[in-house]
Amino acid sequence: MHALPPAPAPAPRRQLFVGTSLACAAGLMLYGAMIAMFVRYRKITLAVPGSEWKPAKSVVPEVATNIMLISFLAIYVFVQWAVYAARRNHKSYVGLSLGLTVVIAIAVINAQAFTWFQMNLGVRDGTYQTLFYALTGTFTVLMIIGVVFSLVTVFRYLGGRTNDREIVTAHAIYWYFVGAAFVALWFVVYVTK
Amino acid sequence: MTTIDPHLATAGTTGDRADGALSSLAAWITTSDHKKIGRLYIGASMLLLLAVAVVASLLGIERIDATSDLLDSGAMPQMFSLYRVVLTFGVVAPLGLGLAVAVVPLQLGARSLAFPRLALGGFWAWLVGGILVIISIALNGGPGGGDPEMVDLFLIAHILLVLGLIATAGSVATSVLTTRAPGMNMRRVPLFAWGALIGALGMLLLLPVLVATLVMVAIDHYYGRTTFGGNTGIADWVGFAFTQPATFVYAVPVFGFAAEAVATASRNRLPMRGVALTGIALVGTGLLAGVTQTDAALPRDVLQQSVGDFIQDVLPYLLLEALPLLGPVVLLAVIGLALKPPVRPRISAAFVAGILSAGMVFTGMAGNALYQVGDAQLAGTVFEEGAWLYVSYGLVIAALGALTYWGPKLWGRRIDDKKSLPLVGLAFIATVLAALPYYIAGFAKQPAGATQFDYSGPQNLWNALSAAGHILMLLTVLAFIGLAVSSFRTGDLAGDDPVDGQTLEWATTSPPPADNFAEVFIISSPEPLLDLKPARTAVTEGTA
Repeated sequence: MHALPPAPAPAPRRQLFVGTSLACAAGLMLYGAMIAMFVRYRKITLAVPGSEWKPAKSVVPEVATNIMLISFLAIYVFVQWAVYAARRNHKSYVGLSLGLTVVIAIAVINAQAFTWFQMNLGVRDGTYQTLFYALTGTFTVLMIIGVVFSLVTVFRYLGGRTNDREIVTAHAIYWYFVGAAFVALWFVVYVTK
Repeated sequence: MTTIDPHLATAGTTGDRADGALSSLAAWITTSDHKKIGRLYIGASMLLLLAVAVVASLLGIERIDATSDLLDSGAMPQMFSLYRVVLTFGVVAPLGLGLAVAVVPLQLGARSLAFPRLALGGFWAWLVGGILVIISIALNGGPGGGDPEMVDLFLIAHILLVLGLIATAGSVATSVLTTRAPGMNMRRVPLFAWGALIGALGMLLLLPVLVATLVMVAIDHYYGRTTFGGNTGIADWVGFAFTQPATFVYAVPVFGFAAEAVATASRNRLPMRGVALTGIALVGTGLLAGVTQTDAALPRDVLQQSVGDFIQDVLPYLLLEALPLLGPVVLLAVIGLALKPPVRPRISAAFVAGILSAGMVFTGMAGNALYQVGDAQLAGTVFEEGAWLYVSYGLVIAALGALTYWGPKLWGRRIDDKKSLPLVGLAFIATVLAALPYYIAGFAKQPAGATQFDYSGPQNLWNALSAAGHILMLLTVLAFIGLAVSSFRTGDLAGDDPVDGQTLEWATTSPPPADNFAEVFIISSPEPLLDLKPARTAVTEGTA
């Protein structure tokens, strides 16, 4: 074996942060492609005179969807608060901010379920319905992954791994990504419909 | 307790043999050693290569004679689907990724792969998904399949397969970005590791688009809708991931390997290394057409259009179809410089495979650029299949060379170069035989994906030559697997640096311990071992 000069163990290079960022980039490509297909089919359908895209009888519960959007502002604040508190070793604040993130995320999932109930669409009833459930279903999966990520983060941190601040930052990045995905969903599906 | 695996030569003295076969199997299934994960990928994709070469040979024979009844005509769509899906996602993408998983951490001076369990989970998802894809196609599923349940299974299994590849690609990309040895900035990353990074990033951006499409199509099909064309529309929607230029993304590591093999063979530092890195990265721009799902073909009579229309048509073509082609042009120019006399390269299987594989993929890329020119009138012909075969089999040639080159680091024993070199040559001949006739038949308007056609020219000859190419590739890969298995079981033990290498994988034992290196290296150039070797020679001479 060659005698290259030995060195001390390299400092961590934010592996979890980089990995989460790459996963979020992949997630953005996935969700962007789904949104693009929704927009494309809407354009094709509406190009035919007299055709209907979203069933007229189905009404988007805009209060619920707007509250979901506002909830993401709160999530953004809380996840960044967790990063801020973790850097200052404020263990209780980290736990509180991550706990609030979980609560609000569950509220968003609940609002999404409410939206499904209110819109009362059958998945096989038309192209809009199929694509609507594909988009909102994928969003809900992303939310559930986020809740699990938050719970893992909070248990690790409160379990004593307070030096592991990188996971708190990676957790924040993930929620920024989910928020960006929801903004696209909100604008395309719930606003421009 | 030690965390270091014993060296192969002393393994027998450690008492590990007492472990039962079951625990050994369990260790393989749950391993977090990147070398083992890479070997799992390589082994499984080589076996799938044998299977798909059989299918390709049968399809080739069927196309020789329009009246042939070797295969049931009703099974043709499934056979073509099997051929496309398995060669692309069962062989090409995972083979390059598996090599990267096995070798890249060693090149980086890292003790492990980033997120090794993610990579392992990716392997099992890919394998299970791949097996289910094959079963579903065999049972009348897949694109155009007649059994709705099997079509659903195909779509879901395909999502699983692709998610597995994405997970492993994420692990490889994170490794290159975060686990490099001290002093190894991005300009000093070994060429193969750079190619693996570009390929992995390309997959991370391209394959999620395929997953999104598959999810949409699967939901649509499962609920009996025909928004996406039902079972017959599947190929139209997901076909972008199986055709050029998306396939260039899977083949990027070929160019990294070629540059690495040339540098080692020339025994010199690669000149204009930054340009070479740029060339490899340019190949990755093949993902642009994939993610936008845009077919940027040049329309017919493009030169007779107004200036505005001309620019509107030519710019997308240049960006999406021609730009990736610039990469190998740049890289091959650098390789030419590296081999400029008086340099006399050491001829080895890896060197020959590197040059030939880069040439084959380049030929496929050039073919794709021509295929997209409307005036060539090649749309819908087998010309596209020829380009795809050049790219796919080009990567197989690179894999044969890479396994010969890095065999000592993966198994601890060498494959005899004199035996491997003819097989690389045969794989090259097989590639040309399988692909080139389709280039010619494409100009004669032989339709793609059909077994019955009639056009002027020696159509039987072209298809017979292509079938012979597939059969030769099957035999060559079979022979290589036999050679590799026998070499890695009973071959000569390899030294730590049997190829006179330049990068860090040659600074550890063959095979390396479980955590690769006993110490961390400080890097001060892209070729750390070349920095050391003159000094070592001087010391030896001084001592003498």
